[in-house]
Amino acid sequence: MMKKVFGRPQSMKKNIFHYCAGCGHSIAHRLIAEVIDELDIRGITIGVPPAGCAVLAYNYFDIDMIEAQHGRGPATATGIKRILPDRVVFSYQGDGDLAAIGIAESFHAANRGENITVVFMNNAVYGMTGGQMAPTSIMGQKTTTSPAGRNNVLDGYPIQVSEIFSLLPGTAYIERCTVNSPASILKTRKAIRKAFQYQIDGLGFSLIEILSPCPTNWKMTPIESCRWIDEVMSKSFPLGVIKDLPAAAKGEQKKGGPRHDG
Amino acid sequence: MMVKTIFSGFGGQGVLMMGYSLAHGAMSAGYHVTFLPAYGAEVRGGTANCTVAVSDDEIASPIASEPNNIVVLNTPSLYAFQNRVAPGGALFLNSSIIAVESSRHDVRIFKIPSSEMAEKLGNPRTANTVMMGAFLKITGLVPPDIYLSSMATVMGSKKKSVIEINRKAFAAGHEFLKIAE
Amino acid sequence: MNKVLMQGNKIIGEAAIRAGCRFYAGYPITPQNEIPEYMAERLREVEGGVFIQSESEVAAIHMVIGASAAGARSMTSSSSPGISLKQEGISSLAACELPAVIVNMMRGGPGLGNISPSQGDYFQATRGGGHGDYRIIVLGPDSAQELADLTMDAFDLADRYRTPVMILADGMMGQMMEPVIFKTPKPRAYPESFIMKGAGAGKSKIIRGLILDPLDMEEHNWTLDRKYQVIARKETRHELFKADDAELILVAYGTGARIAKGAIKRLREQGLRAGLFRPITLWPFPTNELRDLAKKIENFLVFEMSTGQMVEDVRLAIQGRARIGFHGRPGGVVPTPVELTNVVMRKYDRKEGIIDHY
Repeated sequence: MMKKVFGRPQSMKKNIFHYCAGCGHSIAHRLIAEVIDELDIRGITIGVPPAGCAVLAYNYFDIDMIEAQHGRGPATATGIKRILPDRVVFSYQGDGDLAAIGIAESFHAANRGENITVVFMNNAVYGMTGGQMAPTSIMGQKTTTSPAGRNNVLDGYPIQVSEIFSLLPGTAYIERCTVNSPASILKTRKAIRKAFQYQIDGLGFSLIEILSPCPTNWKMTPIESCRWIDEVMSKSFPLGVIKDLPAAAKGEQKKGGPRHDG
Repeated sequence: MMVKTIFSGFGGQGVLMMGYSLAHGAMSAGYHVTFLPAYGAEVRGGTANCTVAVSDDEIASPIASEPNNIVVLNTPSLYAFQNRVAPGGALFLNSSIIAVESSRHDVRIFKIPSSEMAEKLGNPRTANTVMMGAFLKITGLVPPDIYLSSMATVMGSKKKSVIEINRKAFAAGHEFLKIAE
Repeated sequence: MNKVLMQGNKIIGEAAIRAGCRFYAGYPITPQNEIPEYMAERLREVEGGVFIQSESEVAAIHMVIGASAAGARSMTSSSSPGISLKQEGISSLAACELPAVIVNMMRGGPGLGNISPSQGDYFQATRGGGHGDYRIIVLGPDSAQELADLTMDAFDLADRYRTPVMILADGMMGQMMEPVIFKTPKPRAYPESFIMKGAGAGKSKIIRGLILDPLDMEEHNWTLDRKYQVIARKETRHELFKADDAELILVAYGTGARIAKGAIKRLREQGLRAGLFRPITLWPFPTNELRDLAKKIENFLVFEMSTGQMVEDVRLAIQGRARIGFHGRPGGVVPTPVELTNVVMRKYDRKEGIIDHY
């Protein structure tokens, strides 16, 4: 009998993703599902999907899921986790969800050090509503609501969520990753796994920011989008571990390790 | 029967405690009762007041637009409430602090130097209880023994000695008006 | 059971704890601050209790959504401006069919308004409040005793119908102390199958309000509506006071009803046989009960601490069968029974009935 080397994760339903070609959501979904399988936590994991493109995440994840209103995922996740502290609870949020309408809920969940995991999909644009400016749109980026390009006088600056959240003593682990290449995808998988493991170990709030391609609204091909992340977007949002308190505490800090230790 | 009383003074004089203990005593004596503290920014500004309604029937409004009695522990409270008292009602003044005269001539006025009396008893903070002794002596709203047991209840976890000195303060206020009359 | 003297806000807290409430999230706002304070203290003492001072009213209601989904009896409280903020989550609770108890200690509005007692949020409460086609059960207590009883009932109703229930009172009810006896609450009967706690070895569950297909969403709306119709049929409550021989009926709720009772006693002393119809459930409104009363009584006067909101439900119930007058004091004014007595004497003529009626 041949050994199966690739298949659908147990924690995914047999549905075809509705996401656009080249979108990062499907990859991120799959990575989360793989990690859930690997840690054997399908039965105790509760996911909180957001409003936005990923609003239908519960059509793909075969785990318990409760949809949150736009931006309120971390509040809803807080309610669940406080009542069921031995469950694994994660919210899945876009840049508008986390850094604009839900900045208060996200920031305060982080500040309380809720023992939850936030998967933060940053694609520098509002995807579902058709390409409007996001709080993480980079300087000069043209969107349907910043037609002349993002301008600090009119629009302010892109918000560096991971760096800002890393200053909160309540946060344990924050890493910024991307999914634009096989290598970066594997790195992101490791980061998600670490975040879930930390949560299981009761180590506190973790946030995995994923720079995610949005070819449709960036008006690029998928390949151009992947390149744009490397060449442009990651200059505003540098990749790497931003904070890893548990690792720092263990003295496992390596080169390129935490820049902030809270 | 329906008797409404406003207690007023500055924060820290135990104004709310007077109302709360009276309400509790009246409840124990079998009456319908409401206690309504003034709330909000007003309380923080230095003055405190509350309204207690005692009735043998259901109480419609806990607010007193025309109280039967007012008990005032400082001068601003006298000015604030003296004109509200119903004609024929009673006004209880802490005369240790209130040096001015009331402008009302159609109400009964009782002056009790409660701060000085409390000081003599060894605890200036019992001036409110001195007033309660005098107040219940005149109004007879709640029998003293019921009131005193309510007072001890609402003081809750306070030390026995504190309750004891308040009992003395109450007795002093109760006696004072007898002597004055 | 012991009779105790307690402040309205604390009574709600104590009744909630006794009813098994184990999750509270809220944001301070006058005149209901004693509720979060009381819950902070009591939820520390009871097993499994969780109290969170949230960053906003919005966050609080969404925490309640999570806790309710996770199986806890959950509550939040606020006052008018804060309740406006909670509407997003209340709409979600209704859509997702999750039980929760929401307390609104109304204050004067609109806008920031003031902190005085008011009844200006009747429309908001009884019409659902947030976006979309839904209703919530709204209970209008008028005494300390009802604050306790209705808070306990609110948790039972929320569970039974898997819907948010609001306690609609005002700053005066919250601040006032009155004697109260806490009844023994019923044990909770909420099926395990509704609770989200991870799929275990079984099928995964979804709780959501998003239904993109309009036909499916329509069906969900009708499903909710059928539930609301059952609630309307089974759960209306009201009180009649001196209505048997009345020639004139005052209609009022909450603090307004207390004032009306005081006025009715005075009116009767003056020979006017007035009575009271007091809705206890504001939604569902006791429409049929009021309509029945209009078969034998021709004159009604609605009194509210607003410019006239419940009066619309009274008109809908009476449908032109009787004359309806109105007296309102909005903005945080609490009139006296004497004022209301005078108003009734002015607005009601023995021969003509209610003057300047609707």
